[in-house]
Amino acid sequence: MSKIKMPVEKSHIMMFARSIGDANPKYYEEKNEDVIAPPTFIQSSAQYDPDYFLRPKIGGDNWFGSGKESTGMKSSGSGSGGGGAAMGLHAEQHYEYHQPLKVGDVISAEVKPGKSWEKESKRAGKLKFSESVTEYRNQDGELIITATSVGVVTEKPVEN
Amino acid sequence: MLKKNEIKVGDTYSEKIVEDLKRTQIVQYAGASGDYNPLHTDDKFTKEIAGYPGVFAHGMLSMGMTGKMLTNFVGDGTLKKYGVRFTNQVWPGDSLESTATIIDIKEEDGETLAEIAIETKNQDGATVITGSAIAKVGK
Repeated sequence: MSKIKMPVEKSHIMMFARSIGDANPKYYEEKNEDVIAPPTFIQSSAQYDPDYFLRPKIGGDNWFGSGKESTGMKSSGSGSGGGGAAMGLHAEQHYEYHQPLKVGDVISAEVKPGKSWEKESKRAGKLKFSESVTEYRNQDGELIITATSVGVVTEKPVEN
Repeated sequence: MLKKNEIKVGDTYSEKIVEDLKRTQIVQYAGASGDYNPLHTDDKFTKEIAGYPGVFAHGMLSMGMTGKMLTNFVGDGTLKKYGVRFTNQVWPGDSLESTATIIDIKEEDGETLAEIAIETKNQDGATVITGSAIAKVGK
């Protein structure tokens, strides 16, 4: 899996806190001491994943979002995460916190595949669930957060 | 931090975590988190390719906003666990209220822990997140 090396930075935490509307003054003060990242901040380690598939790549021309056309995906894509009705959604997310995530930490991540299973639903047809477990460690190799993510690919868009 | 002699099972804490969610806030979340899935910011793609009525919020934005309620309730750096299921999509214009309920207080390895049930609902009363958390409690 991808080699993530994420420096935990104050300005990144500030931007993240703004985006979730968190007014905790610690995230906006100049000083770095005693700043513990918001509980879901580790998700933004995606910024440091060189292969993260939900970010357009510099120089790449195969981004699946729209440009002139509804999708920039060149024809006959794999269908995963992009064109077609099959679409990945986030079903569950769980965090276990072993130690506080602090400004100045440098975090690496190791992703392990988990279970996968299927279910029928009225609102979205056949659902294919898959789980992944990520261990986030600091610069000293200490386990900081264990994250379990469950994704679901739906047969058709979810009815609302 | 919650204090042992100030809490009991059944206590609740609620917060309005967003009022009339703006598309711009979803863009902010995409930029900060690095999740640029076009489902959340690209109306053309979302309607014409994905088959949804329009862009919708990242599940992780809803979990992040719910987490803000949670840290306001239990304090920074006290969480041992926080997990959710995304039960309904969150759309621009939605207003969400999130509630934490203490369902158990227990001693474990010399620590006092509060077990918390979490629910976030939209303006129509539909549940968009159910979850749970465990937080350390002070004396």
